[in-house]
Amino acid sequence: MSAAVDYLLHLADNALVLGQRNAEWCGHGPILEEDIAQSNVSLDLIGQARMLYQLVATLKGGDVTEDKLAYFRDTHEFRNYTLLELPHHGPLSAYAGSSLDYGTTIVRNFLYSALMALLWEALEKSANADLAAIAAKSVKEVRYHLRHSRDWLVRLGDGTDESHARSQASLDHLFPYTQEFWAHSPAEAAAVEAGIGVDLNTLKADWDAIVDAALAEATLQRPAAGGYVTEGKKGVHSEHLGFLLAEMQSLARAHPQGVW
Amino acid sequence: MTATVEEVWAALEDLADPEIPVISLRELGILREVRAAADGLEVVITPTYSGCPAMGQIEDDVRSTLKNRGISARVVTQLAPAWTTDWMSQAGKEKLRAYGIAPPHQTPAGSSVMHFISKPAKAEAVPCPHCGSSNTQVSSHFGSTACKALYKCQDCQEPFDYFKPY
Repeated sequence: MSAAVDYLLHLADNALVLGQRNAEWCGHGPILEEDIAQSNVSLDLIGQARMLYQLVATLKGGDVTEDKLAYFRDTHEFRNYTLLELPHHGPLSAYAGSSLDYGTTIVRNFLYSALMALLWEALEKSANADLAAIAAKSVKEVRYHLRHSRDWLVRLGDGTDESHARSQASLDHLFPYTQEFWAHSPAEAAAVEAGIGVDLNTLKADWDAIVDAALAEATLQRPAAGGYVTEGKKGVHSEHLGFLLAEMQSLARAHPQGVW
Repeated sequence: MTATVEEVWAALEDLADPEIPVISLRELGILREVRAAADGLEVVITPTYSGCPAMGQIEDDVRSTLKNRGISARVVTQLAPAWTTDWMSQAGKEKLRAYGIAPPHQTPAGSSVMHFISKPAKAEAVPCPHCGSSNTQVSSHFGSTACKALYKCQDCQEPFDYFKPY
């Protein structure tokens, strides 16, 4: 059971953290359509997180609820990829007034959606029937996230000199974080062993193919991935996750008996 | 009084979707089953999109509709098999079109992610629900809700929502 719980929390935290991060665009999108698109993507992600947390709560039993898992765990207990907690300013952090960079948002959504489209598809065959059911729903949603982010990646990469330069800079900034996808955590290894999870390395060739084809169309250069391999999925996070959680959890913690 | 399965179906027959009130939950394929369990009747509903904010409302609507008729039944949410727009009835699709929303195409059979990616957008024209023209263009993959995309008709110039195949 523990293998399933740890693995489900990893998947749930990924969805929740990116859902919360992307929701920062709500009311601030570069154009109205994209404001709505990011809000819809966030709704999907948070919905996926809820189904996964509900499943964890059922497995753990006792007084565990989805809200407890989302709002009353601290930074080191979250198991999301570090990539997903990074702020939207990406490589532009040094510039005043550029707290939200859409190129960074699009590149991250693309890299992650390409992975999740493949992973959810593979998880439809998970030995855990509940996870397989969640996967069958989620794959339908993430395909649209992938299509959306891929379209915008091409539009920005093969757009103006400025949009090209900025999306390339975002890609250079974010790409090294994707190394974490391919480094097994103990939770993933145990889930693969139990037939619940999927060995991501079996999906890497397809992920590379999706990424390379899109980058070629977007006239962007694939950066070399190297250097430090982040370990967010083991609970070792960047300083950014604490701020994200503080904002997301403050209301629930101020009113711990609250129900909504 | 104990209601029968048929009476529950009859009570819920015309219950409308809270987001698109011209179409019923049954026509949308959200209302899956009414069954007799050991301890009473169960109404099975299935969520559309994972994050669809209307699901809570739908559950409440089902419950209160039954309660108003003095029928007691449990509402059960079931994930598998996953909801698909292919379950939408033909009559339901026609109602959507008349309401100004282009109904979903059939979902492509057995398409993998790799296939989905290699054949972007173009594939099938989405006819304008207002004038019927196939000369339409997608403006955004996400419309007013996650389940719809925003299109524009190049002939009558009207924007419209397209219910995406899911």
